[in-house]
Amino acid sequence: MRIDIRKTYKLYIGGAFPRSESGRTYEIKDAKSNFIANPAQASRKDLRDAVTAARGALGGWNGATAFNRSQILYRIAEMMEARSEEFVEEIALLEGVSKVAAKKQVEQAIDAWVWYSGWCDKISTVAGSTNPISGPFYNFTVPESVGVVGIFPAHKSALLGLVQAIAPVIAGGNTAVVVASQKFPLCAVTLSEVMATSDLPGGVVNILTGITSELAPWMGSHMDVDAIDATGLSKELEKEVRVTGADNLKRIHKFSTSDTPQRILAFMEYKTVWHPIGI
Amino acid sequence: MLTKIFSFTRAMHSNPFSWQTFFRYNFDVQLVDGTDASIRRFLKELPGVDQVGAEARAAMLATRSIKTASKKWAIDCAISMIDLTTLEGSDTDGKVRALCTKAVHPDPTDPSVPSVGAICVYNDKVATARKHLDSIGGQAIPVAAVSTAFPSGRASLEVKKQDTLDALNNGATEIDMVIDRGAFLSGDLVKVFTEIVYIKELCGDRAHLKVILETGELVTLDNVRKASHLAMAAGADFIKTSTGKISPAATAPVVLVMLEAVRDWYAMTGIRIGVKPAGGIRTTKDAIKQLVLVRETAGEEWLTPKLFRIGASALLNDLLMQRMKLRNGNYAGPNYVTLD
Repeated sequence: MRIDIRKTYKLYIGGAFPRSESGRTYEIKDAKSNFIANPAQASRKDLRDAVTAARGALGGWNGATAFNRSQILYRIAEMMEARSEEFVEEIALLEGVSKVAAKKQVEQAIDAWVWYSGWCDKISTVAGSTNPISGPFYNFTVPESVGVVGIFPAHKSALLGLVQAIAPVIAGGNTAVVVASQKFPLCAVTLSEVMATSDLPGGVVNILTGITSELAPWMGSHMDVDAIDATGLSKELEKEVRVTGADNLKRIHKFSTSDTPQRILAFMEYKTVWHPIGI
Repeated sequence: MLTKIFSFTRAMHSNPFSWQTFFRYNFDVQLVDGTDASIRRFLKELPGVDQVGAEARAAMLATRSIKTASKKWAIDCAISMIDLTTLEGSDTDGKVRALCTKAVHPDPTDPSVPSVGAICVYNDKVATARKHLDSIGGQAIPVAAVSTAFPSGRASLEVKKQDTLDALNNGATEIDMVIDRGAFLSGDLVKVFTEIVYIKELCGDRAHLKVILETGELVTLDNVRKASHLAMAAGADFIKTSTGKISPAATAPVVLVMLEAVRDWYAMTGIRIGVKPAGGIRTTKDAIKQLVLVRETAGEEWLTPKLFRIGASALLNDLLMQRMKLRNGNYAGPNYVTLD
């Protein structure tokens, strides 16, 4: 007989796995209301630290070549594949679905990484342009990352919604601060462990678990967050985030469709360059 | 030379109260003759530093939580204590002027932010800084010059004197000199002592003298305590941890030992000497930890820019961001403060 070795579900900030600065945890239950785990309950200061880490990682990540980013996203898919059993069990436990359904969700999530991995070095070719102008210039437009993006993933599913929110944001060269689904945080923590072993530089993705209504207003008013994916927010919280987010003109988007290049472009902005001909 | 040191020491202790206390202590009187034997005797009286104890106490004080109204006070206090510093080979007149503007109005959007304690530059930028400060209403902000072959201190005494004189003539009212660490470590205490005495003499009434111990090169806390007392005996108005060019710089145990030294010196002589940690203090949290150390070691009297300064450049931006957070309730970002 052996005593269970249980996992401590921690935050993921700047490539490290700290507990919440506040020392708090909260309880999560499965579909049948049985206790599952005590993940960390992040505070506003954890969020602030996560934003600082994301800002610090931005230069290296959007400065990396698109091909390199693509390789790293694909690597995340590889690492997830190796740990798919763990994801399947967590999804089955949390959502109360069959293992078959859970496995299907994991496969979709892994495929989403591969799909967005392919977009990394194609998005600027597809969305960029050379523009006809009447002057001695080459004029071209390219999409570039907006910066630090706060993510509230859809919480209909334990894993898929999370991956479909993170992948397009980092594919475009942004860094992310993710507030995991309050109900389904376990897959987010396991995903952070995958990311930490996937050559993804520390700070590019930061994952917080906790109470969404506590963290959302701080994300909305943080002057160093450039954009927010508000898909997982309630109507009231979305409104609050939009009002406070207006202070620094955050781009705030909600998505109903799953995988589309529009999700990458939502967190990119266009730069137009005028280059004199003949020099 | 003996009379020189004597007359200088007398001037230093011109406060009648301190004169009395001064003569009560035998070793202080012996120190006045400035010989190797007297300096050794004086420093021998100093007890050793319990390194583990000093580290534990510094770590314990660092856990203090300073919130809301106290934090607001601490932030403003720290801003007014900053020696806003640029000591790069790539410094230009433009950069120095920009720094001076920032020193007078650290946050242009908020006039309630206090000015910083001083501007600290290399010798050849002193005139630029002084002129610009005077032209934008910063007459009250002193200009400090690093001197005596900063940061290594490897030059002859003549060169060091000339270096200091040059800074003074350009309008510096604070001189940050470095001690000769090589001489200190090899036991040539007289050389360290007399150099400080000569530079102090040059400063006279024209400038405050800060003596940089460069604690990162002194190896032990015992040496930090000895060097602090040596510098104070030789006439330092301030003792400063580091040049900022060497790591580790102003660690908490080092600052603790130096604060204890000025506290003890006050008990012996009735004279308050200032302390300036410099190097490695980058965040508001670091700065507030320093203030807690000051309050709990030297005492509240030291919580003024006259007796405590923080040598820093990046720190100011973090303090301003924290101040914005307290004022607006939002977390600010580096996009809302100037790039230095």
